[in-house]
Amino acid sequence: MSLVETQRTEKLRGSGWRELVTPAHGLLLLFLLVYPAMASDFFLTQIGGYSLILGMIALSLMLLAGYGGMVSLAQITIAGAAAYVIAIFGENNSGVHGFAWPWWVITPMAILFASVLSAAFGWVAVRTEGIYTIMITLAIATACFYFTQQNYALFNGFPGYSGLRAPEVFGLYWRDPVPFYYLCLANAVVAYAAVLYGARSTFGLTLQAVRDNPRRMRAIGYNVTAHKVFAWWLSGLIAGAAGVLLAWFNGRISPGSIAVGPAINILIIAIIGGLRHPVGPFIGAVVVVLIQTFAIDLVGAERFNTLIGLFFLAVVFLSPDGILGLWERVKPRPDRDAWGPGPERSGVRE
Amino acid sequence: MSDASNTNRDDLFRGARASRRQAWGVVALLVAALLLWLVFAQWPDWLDAILISKKAFLSAILNGLTLAGLYFLVASGFTLVFGLMRNVNLAHGSLYLLGAYVGYEVADRTGFWLLGVAAGFVIMAVIGLVMQVVVFRRLEGDDLRQTLVTIGISIVAADLMLAVWGGTTYQILVPEWLTGAIKLPVITAYRSNGAAVYLVYPYYRLVVLAIAVVIGIGLWLMLNRTRIGMMIRAGVDDRDMLAASGKNVHLVFAAVFAIGAGLAGFAGVVGGSALSVAPGEDVRYLLASLVVVIVGGMGSVTGAAIGALIIGLAEQIGLVYFPTYGVVITFVIMVVTLSVRPQGIMGKSL
Amino acid sequence: MSMTRRTMLALAVATGLTAPAISIAQAESMKIGVLATFEGAFTVLGEDSERGALTAVQEFGGKAGGNDIEIIRGSSDASPDSAVRAARKLVEQDGVKILVGPLSGDEGIAVKEYAKTQPDVTFLNGSSAAQDTTFRDPAENFFRFSTDGAQWMAGLGTYAYNDKGYKTVATVAEDYSFPYTQVFGFMAEFCKAGGKVPSKSWVPIGNKDYSSVIAAIPDDVDAIYVALGGADAVNFLSQYQQAGGQAPLIGGSITVDQTVLTAKGRLHDILVGTPAAGPTADTNDSPEWKAFVEAYKKQDGAFPSPSLFAHAYYVNMKAALLALDEVKGDLSDGGKKFREVLSNLSFETPTGKVSLDKNRNAIADMFLTEVSEAADGTLLNKLIKVTPQVNQTLGIDEADFRALGKVSRDNPSCP
Repeated sequence: MSLVETQRTEKLRGSGWRELVTPAHGLLLLFLLVYPAMASDFFLTQIGGYSLILGMIALSLMLLAGYGGMVSLAQITIAGAAAYVIAIFGENNSGVHGFAWPWWVITPMAILFASVLSAAFGWVAVRTEGIYTIMITLAIATACFYFTQQNYALFNGFPGYSGLRAPEVFGLYWRDPVPFYYLCLANAVVAYAAVLYGARSTFGLTLQAVRDNPRRMRAIGYNVTAHKVFAWWLSGLIAGAAGVLLAWFNGRISPGSIAVGPAINILIIAIIGGLRHPVGPFIGAVVVVLIQTFAIDLVGAERFNTLIGLFFLAVVFLSPDGILGLWERVKPRPDRDAWGPGPERSGVRE
Repeated sequence: MSDASNTNRDDLFRGARASRRQAWGVVALLVAALLLWLVFAQWPDWLDAILISKKAFLSAILNGLTLAGLYFLVASGFTLVFGLMRNVNLAHGSLYLLGAYVGYEVADRTGFWLLGVAAGFVIMAVIGLVMQVVVFRRLEGDDLRQTLVTIGISIVAADLMLAVWGGTTYQILVPEWLTGAIKLPVITAYRSNGAAVYLVYPYYRLVVLAIAVVIGIGLWLMLNRTRIGMMIRAGVDDRDMLAASGKNVHLVFAAVFAIGAGLAGFAGVVGGSALSVAPGEDVRYLLASLVVVIVGGMGSVTGAAIGALIIGLAEQIGLVYFPTYGVVITFVIMVVTLSVRPQGIMGKSL
Repeated sequence: MSMTRRTMLALAVATGLTAPAISIAQAESMKIGVLATFEGAFTVLGEDSERGALTAVQEFGGKAGGNDIEIIRGSSDASPDSAVRAARKLVEQDGVKILVGPLSGDEGIAVKEYAKTQPDVTFLNGSSAAQDTTFRDPAENFFRFSTDGAQWMAGLGTYAYNDKGYKTVATVAEDYSFPYTQVFGFMAEFCKAGGKVPSKSWVPIGNKDYSSVIAAIPDDVDAIYVALGGADAVNFLSQYQQAGGQAPLIGGSITVDQTVLTAKGRLHDILVGTPAAGPTADTNDSPEWKAFVEAYKKQDGAFPSPSLFAHAYYVNMKAALLALDEVKGDLSDGGKKFREVLSNLSFETPTGKVSLDKNRNAIADMFLTEVSEAADGTLLNKLIKVTPQVNQTLGIDEADFRALGKVSRDNPSCP
């Protein structure tokens, strides 16, 4: 099977740009660009911006899971690490640290730190394979949560940091609704395009081959561990960028943001949206954020978790490829597998 | 990695191993002697100064042992299910909590604690059976989806349990003949009038430890001395071969899942009597089992026992001597184990 | 092309984003947001808070300043981030101009920070009791008619030292800001009276097994001060009992509240006689309190006695409604007049007179209680003594109080 896959993906090589420049993408981008004209401030940031941020974190998971076959529950931890760098080295009003370094120093620093941390997590996680990853990353995420909650010297413990401010550049305060929305959009578009394009690059194809048959790839002479760890590093860049935006969005960061609940939330977003294509995580994020925000007006917040849990179960059971898969199922096409096997069908159990 | 290289190594190092075993024997003897001295000797002041007091130290050790017993009960089911079906049952904690609630209701209504314990085991075993037949059999061979389904189940279960039992803390009342504290023949201090102060320890906790040991031996006997145990072990070693040999794999799977789930429910009632039953315990015991199983080695009951001992002791000693970072210690142990021996202490190489 | 179809789907989802944004209908009613924990482990407390708030609304016949009151609920899971998100939704989407909440300490600090960015909206605290919500870097439009966790301890330290005769006390508390504040409040008095606290145990949140902590408490202390809440308190108490603990206990405000006193178990013997202090007392005999309890009990699912969360939401909601009546429901000036009225408001609550200090934090009566058994066998907090009009600096000169520094694991200290 994997041989067939490799041939098929081989055929697609080099078509990265063509994938990006399509009428549908143009239409979607146009809509997202004019969205601020029709949305209220609340919908612009609390729904639009927040969905884009969560979508990016879920995208970093999709990159690992969809192309690398590694399902990580530590993506929110990586985003949180970037946010903590912003809080510690930037401005905060918690009276701890807050060195107030300029944004153009701390932002790349935060993203870089998150990516290195991500690579380190990856290094620990790739020592085992397949389904183990989900357990190990869950344990790592929990350890980080406890550590930040207990440590006051560096992380200011339970309350964490508040008063984080987005920078003011070009006369704009980037946390104002419209600039912040466009900032999130720009980041999300870059991340999305990079993943879509990167999946067709030599590295992307190798990673998918490693996912499908690590033993063979090792035998051919590829350094499987290095490829996987590099994928972790890349996903850390995306999660880190999202983490910086998250810090500015909330204006604060605390251990509660990187607890087990939020970690699983990211997985739910990615699965509900679908892991077969980078647009899935964003769809999932919009759906989850909308449910999360308005559940209290519809069914009351008390049973909100039952609602989202059942929805999640339904997706896993009925449509393994998430809403994306459901969409495709409505109009079945012969070449449905053109994107290569989703991680759920590949050799996770190799 | 491969068996061939292992054998070669074995030949090479056989001599070295013999002498190394002797060295370990000496170390073990020394440690045992030190422990005996710590337990029975009257402590000099400098030791009290380091370890707070003899009472604190010995209590921490005893509590570590009883906690280990509880962790073993939960984790043994988890590890069996994983070893046989490669199914990471992230709803295992929910089984623990539901078992505890069921045990509470039954014990409270009938007035018989033992009935509650039995109900916890039986009802959870039935639920486990239903889960296996209705859910997991349909997704057989699809590890990731199985795991995702368990996440969904745990989210819904947690919310529904909150709806039924609310946020109140429940305590399962232990019958009179199990309550109270007993004097252990260990002198912790002398009063100014020369009277000896003996170490007092809750009787029920010792019972928990005894139960865990009995169950552990029972499991070992079942796995090593019975037909179904043989089949289970064969399945853990090579699932496909077992299926190919004409055995009814589904029966074995169902039996193991029922036993695993039943043990979780059993542990819920036993643990809920020692500590308490409240929302959030599901995640706590899930994480504990994860760490215990990762450290001890996936799929190994002996590994679960060793892992539970290490984690239980580390948690209690950490709580007394390094309260701030006590919770992190267990995770540090896990990460260290992963980087030194990714398959866990008793795990088979991956 | 699959690409097209996929992206079209994204588009379809995205258009859903604009539909609800069409316009917010401007109704005649007065919208008030109630922010509490309606999800997660604190759901029970959140629901009781809402009962408190609704009790106040009903007392005013559902009207304030001539308009019907419309309550809009916002839900958090007790994490600061979710509290801010819920507050944003109430303010920016539902358009409330008055918000009552949140419930827990760090949520309060987070919402206070958010309040600074919404100067036209008036925030009244729910039951959140962190000191810094109003004491350090306060927000002009954040009011707290309930009190903070250190104030709640008023009278307890002195009582323990003078009346109970405890000279040395060990403390056991959860490791985060609210218990720090409570321990601070207790020790401020106890140490001043001459007491010593040789050992402080900070236990990580969520720890269930306290037996090792109990064993490590020195044998020679006269009493143990316990500031744990809910399940943690129940665990500690039953394990202390199991271990044959002899030293008497002193309770924090939420250690011996109704959620613990009604816990299913055998805690009875160990709890009776435990002194504690807080903003309410179950056996308060004043007619105002009794009337409040009666009104509260009319709510769906009410406890036998209102929790301090219900009380705090009631007091804050009542303050909002009184001030609304005073300005006749006119918030057209961005609520300026309304906030002016609030700042100078002084009114009788079920627990005595409440007024605000310059940081908009309440000065109110505190209650020293002792757990005792009612005729029907249930446990109650019996009123021992009222400490009148406790302010946020606990009667200490403000400059001196500020010099004590922020509460933390190591502050204060008197070994």
